[in-house]
Formats: sequence, C-alpha cells, structure tokens
Amino acid sequence: MGKTLTVGILLGLGVAAGITNSISLVDLHREPSQISVQANGGNVETFRIDLPRDRIFVGLAGEQKTLPADIDWPQDARFGNFQAELFKVRDRNDVVVGVASRMASASEPTGAFIEWVLHLPARGTLSLHMDVNPAPEGHRNGRMLAGSGEFATMVGEAREQFFSEVAGGDASVQGRIELITILVGTFSEPLPDETADAEADET
Amino acid sequence: MKHVISIAIGFILGIVLFLVGMYFNPFVEQLSVSPLAVTDARKLELTFTAVANEAILYTDHGESNIKPHPDRVAELWEATIKDTRVTVNVLEDSRGQVAGIGIKYATDSERSSLLKSEILVDSTWHLYIVGQGTLFIEQVENHWSYLRDIVIPARWSSGDNWRGTFFRILTRGPTALGTAVVTGGAGNFEGASGEAVESLTASAYATNGGLAAAEGSLTITLSDSESD
Repeated sequence: MGKTLTVGILLGLGVAAGITNSISLVDLHREPSQISVQANGGNVETFRIDLPRDRIFVGLAGEQKTLPADIDWPQDARFGNFQAELFKVRDRNDVVVGVASRMASASEPTGAFIEWVLHLPARGTLSLHMDVNPAPEGHRNGRMLAGSGEFATMVGEAREQFFSEVAGGDASVQGRIELITILVGTFSEPLPDETADAEADET
Repeated sequence: MKHVISIAIGFILGIVLFLVGMYFNPFVEQLSVSPLAVTDARKLELTFTAVANEAILYTDHGESNIKPHPDRVAELWEATIKDTRVTVNVLEDSRGQVAGIGIKYATDSERSSLLKSEILVDSTWHLYIVGQGTLFIEQVENHWSYLRDIVIPARWSSGDNWRGTFFRILTRGPTALGTAVVTGGAGNFEGASGEAVESLTASAYATNGGLAAAEGSLTITLSDSESD
C-alpha cells in the first residue's frame, strides 16, 4: 500500500513536471521577414509607417499638438522643442510587424538629435541614430547604434524618408515614413578559417 | 483495486505537491538588492509611476485587465504586436524633479517557463534625459515574483485586490550579472555604455485595473563617454 502510494506520488510529480515543462506560455506571431540581399553585402529591409493611421502618440512641449489630445505632457521649459512620437510599423507588404518611437530635438544644449527605436516582437529591437541634416536627395541617413534579439550581432546603416503623397486613395494614408535598414552580421568569435589563417601567419 | 486507488490518490497528491513546491519554491527568490548598489561608475537614479493611468500613455491589445490610457489611444491588436505593451512615462530624478521621458516596450518572452519559475518579458527603454541626451536599454525581466506575490493573492482575495509591501529587482539579464545593457545615444551619452536594473515597489493592486499604487525605478551606471 505504502509503495504504491509512493509510486503514485512520483508518477504525479513526474507527469505534472512534464506537462508544466511542455506548456508554451507565449507563442508570438511571426511574419516572414521581407529582406533582400544587397549586391555588395548587407540585408536590406524596408519598414513603413502610414500617416496618420499608424501614429499612436505625439508628445510635444508647449504646443497643443499632442496626440491623443488629452495627454499630460510635461510643460517644462527645459524640454524646448523635444518631440517624442510612437508609431505602428509595417513591412513592405503592409502588415504591422512592430512598434517604433522617434525622439527628436533641435534645441538641446548638448546638440540636436533624431533617434529611432524599432521594436519588432519575436525578432528583437534596434536603435538608430540619424543625421540631423537631410542628404541633398531629401532622405536622412543614419546608423544602427545597438540591437537585441536577432539584431544583437548586427551593424549597419539606415535611411529615413518622408513621402507627403501616397498613391492609393486611402484617406487614412496621407503620408508615409519609410525606414530602410541595411544590416550586416558580425561574429563575436572568429570563424574557424580566420583562426587557422591567423595561426598560419604567426608561424 | 486497492492498489489502483492507492496509485490514484498518490498521483493526485504528487500533482498537488508539485504545484505547492513550484509556488513556494524558495530557490527562485528574486533579488531585492541591486547588483549595481556599489559601483564607482557614473550613476543615474530615475523613478517613474508603475500605475498605467498615471503614465502619459499606456497601451496594449485592449483586452487585458489594465485599461489603455488615455481613452482614445490606439490599441496594439495586430497579431504580431498583441503580446506587447507600450508605456510612455515622465522620469524623475532622486530629488523628485522631472528628469526626462521614457518609452518602454515590453513583450512576453517565449522563453518563459513555469517549471523554472520564469515569467520572462523582453523589454526595451528609449530614454531622453533633459539637457543630457538619450539612452537605449535592453533587458530581460522576470515577473514571477510579481505574479506570485501580488497577482495571484489578489485573485484569491474576496475583494479582488491586494495590499501589502512589495519590492523586487525585475531585471535578470541579459548580462551574466543579471543586469540590463545600456547604450548611449545622443548628447553627453554618445559613445557611452553601461548596465542598468529596473525595480518595482508596489503597495496596492486590483484585478480589474492592475497596479493601483506602485513606483518603478531605473538604476543606470555608465562608463565615461568618449565625448566627456
């Protein structure tokens, strides 16, 4: 009787542990990455933000231009013309794949800046630092500062471009921000061939 | 027949024992002392409200127990972002003065495991510190203690709420020390790097609104930036 009870307890413990271990608490939805490979190296990916439909939030000091209109934005003179925005981000197939924030300030005593953070659940996050002055072609160039997830070992460049007119006749799409990232992977450990080459050079 | 009943009783006992052991597991206590408490590096202490309707903005998929704030904010209902929550907060320094703005993205992690008492959240902060510049913080949080000590007791409570004292370091990675990775962006922080931990202090929670009295804190240490 005692032995069978012990066997039952062990069985219960084992089954409960097995079931608990096999349960997937979170199952993130994934969209296929719309990446193309550049001829001279680098993965090119285009992200789109349709305006105004993808704009979630605008915070701007000293002006009644915030979105939603009733947000409690700090009215502190030190913020100057600092602006924070939050958007939904789409891939080139028009599917929402993440969220992004854009912070910008032209009046900062330590220097003007424009920055993006793109958060793509199930993939990772990347931080982009853009040039304040646009290129002659109209777009703004930038570089990747840091990343997490699949972007943790990548470096590269980015481009931000605003289109004030978008074809298609959709009233909810009156403008578009396009963010293009050109990223290449880096290796934290040298590749076996590189190690062998280095050893050969030493000898 | 006697053996079958015995095994069945044992089986149920085993499951109950497992659940009790998992819930009260003393080996998974989260830190309540910051790993960055003693450091010579430049340090930033920032606090912010952890109550959704006291933040500038909070949004999620719109069907959780926490109501998006303000009322007309867009919800993150699309399949790819429905497990993500975004909060925009005013950050205060240690003297209670407005220090900047922080945007936090938090996505439930697929690496979460009940067996390991890990309810993981991959989160990212995009920070603006007035007059200083911007920072990017990447971290993994473990919300197990929050769930065990606040959310479940609130569900069990007849009033559907919890009152008490809770303080935990939520950050548990990605570094080996269990700290977040900080990358300097613009201004004085350009080229800087460092570590951070986020903690939560709470005293009231309601099942139909989330945290009702709570404060978050970010402790950031930075190596000297190239521009300093």
